[in-house]
Amino acid sequence: MKLSTKTRATTLSVALASTLALAACGASNETADTASSSGTGSSTELSGTLVGAGASSQQAAMQGWTAGYSSAQPGVTVNYDPVGSGGGREQFLAGGTDFAGSDAALDEEELAQAEERCGPSGIFELANYIAPIAVVYNLEGVDELNLPPAVIAGIFNQQITNWNDPAIAEANPDATLPDLPITPVNRSDESGTTENFTEYLAAAAPDAWPHEPSGDWPVAGGEAAQGTSGVVSAVGAGNGAIGYADLSQAGDLGVANVGVGDEFVAPTAEAAAAVVENSEQADDADRPEHSYAIELARDTSESGNYPIVLISYHVGCIEYEDQETVDLVKDFMTYVVSEEGQQAAAEAAGSAPISDGLREQAETAIDAITVAG
Amino acid sequence: MTATRTPSDQSTTKPPRRPGDRIFAGSAKGAGILILVILAGVAAFLMAEAFPALTAPAEEIPGEEGLVSYIAPLLFGTLLSAVIALVVATPLAVAIALFITHYAPRRMAQGLGYVVDLLAAIPSIVYGFWGIFWLAPKLVPFYRWLEENLGFIPLFAGPTSSTGRTMLTVGLVLAIMILPIISAISREVFRQVPTLHKEAALALGATRWEMIKMAVIPYGKSGIIGGAMLGLGRALGETMAVAIILSVSGGITFNLISSANPATIAANIALDFPESTGIDVNTLIASGLALFVITLAVNMLARWIVNRRADFSGAN
Amino acid sequence: MSVQTPTPTTGASASTRPQQKHENALPRWVPLAVFAAGAALAALLSALTGFNVVLFVIYAVVLGTLAVYVVSRVAEGRRRATDRLVTSVVTAAFGIATVPLVALVWEVIGRGSERFDGEFFGASLQGIIGEGGGAYHALMGTLIITALTTALSVPIGLLAAIYLVEYAQGRLKRAITFFVDVMTGIPSIVAGLFAYALFVLIFGPGIRLGIMGAIALSVLMIPVVVRSAEEVLKLVPNELREASYALGVPKWRTITKVVLPTAIAGIGTGVTLAIARVIGETAPLLITVGITNATNFDPFDGRMATLPVYAYYQLTQPGVPPQFAIDRAWTAALLLIMLVMGLNVVARLISRFFAPKTGR
Repeated sequence: MKLSTKTRATTLSVALASTLALAACGASNETADTASSSGTGSSTELSGTLVGAGASSQQAAMQGWTAGYSSAQPGVTVNYDPVGSGGGREQFLAGGTDFAGSDAALDEEELAQAEERCGPSGIFELANYIAPIAVVYNLEGVDELNLPPAVIAGIFNQQITNWNDPAIAEANPDATLPDLPITPVNRSDESGTTENFTEYLAAAAPDAWPHEPSGDWPVAGGEAAQGTSGVVSAVGAGNGAIGYADLSQAGDLGVANVGVGDEFVAPTAEAAAAVVENSEQADDADRPEHSYAIELARDTSESGNYPIVLISYHVGCIEYEDQETVDLVKDFMTYVVSEEGQQAAAEAAGSAPISDGLREQAETAIDAITVAG
Repeated sequence: MTATRTPSDQSTTKPPRRPGDRIFAGSAKGAGILILVILAGVAAFLMAEAFPALTAPAEEIPGEEGLVSYIAPLLFGTLLSAVIALVVATPLAVAIALFITHYAPRRMAQGLGYVVDLLAAIPSIVYGFWGIFWLAPKLVPFYRWLEENLGFIPLFAGPTSSTGRTMLTVGLVLAIMILPIISAISREVFRQVPTLHKEAALALGATRWEMIKMAVIPYGKSGIIGGAMLGLGRALGETMAVAIILSVSGGITFNLISSANPATIAANIALDFPESTGIDVNTLIASGLALFVITLAVNMLARWIVNRRADFSGAN
Repeated sequence: MSVQTPTPTTGASASTRPQQKHENALPRWVPLAVFAAGAALAALLSALTGFNVVLFVIYAVVLGTLAVYVVSRVAEGRRRATDRLVTSVVTAAFGIATVPLVALVWEVIGRGSERFDGEFFGASLQGIIGEGGGAYHALMGTLIITALTTALSVPIGLLAAIYLVEYAQGRLKRAITFFVDVMTGIPSIVAGLFAYALFVLIFGPGIRLGIMGAIALSVLMIPVVVRSAEEVLKLVPNELREASYALGVPKWRTITKVVLPTAIAGIGTGVTLAIARVIGETAPLLITVGITNATNFDPFDGRMATLPVYAYYQLTQPGVPPQFAIDRAWTAALLLIMLVMGLNVVARLISRFFAPKTGR
């Protein structure tokens, strides 16, 4: 008995020791490689930790940004916690994080709280992440599909149920549309993609889309899938299926051209950036100076604009308590809005780089960040 | 299950009490009571966090129609999936238990039992992966066949989901997951059937099946029921496999093979919780509280049935 | 968890093997031959309708069983035919149960071996875009949280089991035994919600910590430990206790020096199986610990990655292009299965090699 207990203890301690040894190595990709810092663009060497939290929609982009930024400033760690938009705003306003990522701009109540958090000069809100949402479909023999907003709304509201419906045929005179039931696919989890898509439908086709915009899919009875990848694979699995997903994830699926005014626009990064550029800023009177909240022109009829986009903001203070945070926020945001930063996001998440106009705007806001007092 | 007599009944000749004894006995008793406190704590904390949702006006609950109409379809989905699982798994599990205890070669029996138990060891998320990538697509032709030939039954009205991610698929995966627990308990009661009963049946000239029908099944009946109830409890609370496989689009429907399915409470929590804030979290916790109450009731009933059998069995 | 509790098999059915001797009973080979004939017919049938393995197996089992039934019915009479029918059905039921097991393991190994390489174990996801990256951070998170869970659950569970076996009497004992059984049936997501609700009251909303996950998992693990330890402690022969008392050893020293060492193998097995039970839990960790891309060794500060949650998010929220993340998800699933199965094997080995030689 004695012996067996001892043997067991030995085995256990060996196992424990080897675990610890493994732990001591650390992840091979996380060793802070200070030697290879060349400092692209930023003049000074910074160090410290920047903490953000918020929308999971921009998490992939944030991964691109943190990866790119860490090669420029290896001493800085940027932590981004994808708690969701609401949680991100909540934590930022409570002072728990340095900045928030949010799919929606702050509302009035939150702006009031933001004054407590940041002082009278308030906050900056920058639309730094723009992602086109594609209407993807899987229909044998149909390579190009044009869909006016009312038809998209009809399909997803399950009023148009067959591919040979005259409404679809009217927009696609050249295509041979099969007699095949339409399977609309939506997200089963709550998501910013769904919220933006329903917002678009409600704005662009109010007659065919009777539902309120929401992050939860409002129509019962469609095929539903978990996450963007789930939607893409569900659409890919069934002939006759149609869904909505981030353009970057569409893969081999057919991507519909969406009706804007009299023409049909394919989702591209340029077309998505264009609609943001052409949209109005939210009413400036109520909002702080550097809040560039955008009211997307979902019902735009401007040529070459693609209206189904997801915007995610970065929200932070204009005044921070200490110089270190000011430097970090400034430097990181400068990187994020730079061409290089936007390119990194485009590679990591397939987002649309922001336009020069937006960049100038963002730069004035970033220049304004100072220490309180 | 095996009601061995506990030593505490017999230790009437107490050794002398010393401080060490008192401390040890006290901490052991404390641990026992702590378990009861934890269980009470689960209920209390869930109630505390669900309270804001219980008292909130209907418009603030997601769906804007109040808590009851939020939870009702979820509850329906939870019960429906669990019942399908139970209907599929119970006969199969009993048959497997019979095979292992009465049909399989004796030397292999233990190994075969271990194989079935392995099904319980696989993490539920892996069942989800397997269900969505392997099982669901393979079931589509079968569902098509059901729709064409049995479509007049509302359960199979269709239209058939093109991905196979349906309520019936979820029910089948849940059935596989609860198979081990039902068969383990059935196996245990079948083993305890008094040899005399079985030999008596055989001596009367009964075939093996007749012996099982006359001696084994009646004896093990309440054990099977208890095991099935435990399986039901497991199926009600299963989360990840459902969250990954099921195509959730709300609404109460008995149509098992279409792509429109109600979610289950547990899967809904897993899907929505990571992105929720404020009252939404409280609502999800309130639905979790409902799930807790249901599973608690089912488990208590199951344990009561199983324990009652142990008391009356006369096996000891 | 009676599924995993190692109870000694009594083998009551050993002596009841029915003697299949009957005047007009068929020789042993006949049913097999008839079944084979039925299966051959099935092969023909499925060849005519387009060959399909699944359909062939179904046809073969149904037709083979039917053929055996008919032949036996003619030659041996109704009762014996029914008996043979049930034998086929029961055997087929077992066959059905092994299908998912084999298919699942096969699928996970096939897809998971793709990325089962050094980088998977050496790297985290920090700064990884697309190809490469690994689950080092998730593996560490799983090990840390599981270790914490074990550290919380084993003392409580073991002490409670000792109380139940050695001390408790009357209503409290019955209440604890009953509620421990009931607790084994708590849905894992409810345990997660409990831990969340507990910490929210202290730290405010949105909190995610490694320790929360450990507490949630403890709620699931404690009853399993209690049940298995209780079973094992009951098996310790009373003579040992009495001998110890007779030497004037106090009760608590008797328990720690005599009872526990005797039962240590069984307790080890039970604890290992309990760890195997919780190590693959996803739902409670999803809502209490969350996910992160970087390695975090501190369970009291911020989110941690864990293998099951990592697998879930890699599958449902892959990057661009998705295939790399999905490969990582399958490898994480494979690793999970290996961990759980490995723990099961370890548990069997403990009970085989360290079992007391004294038992009954």
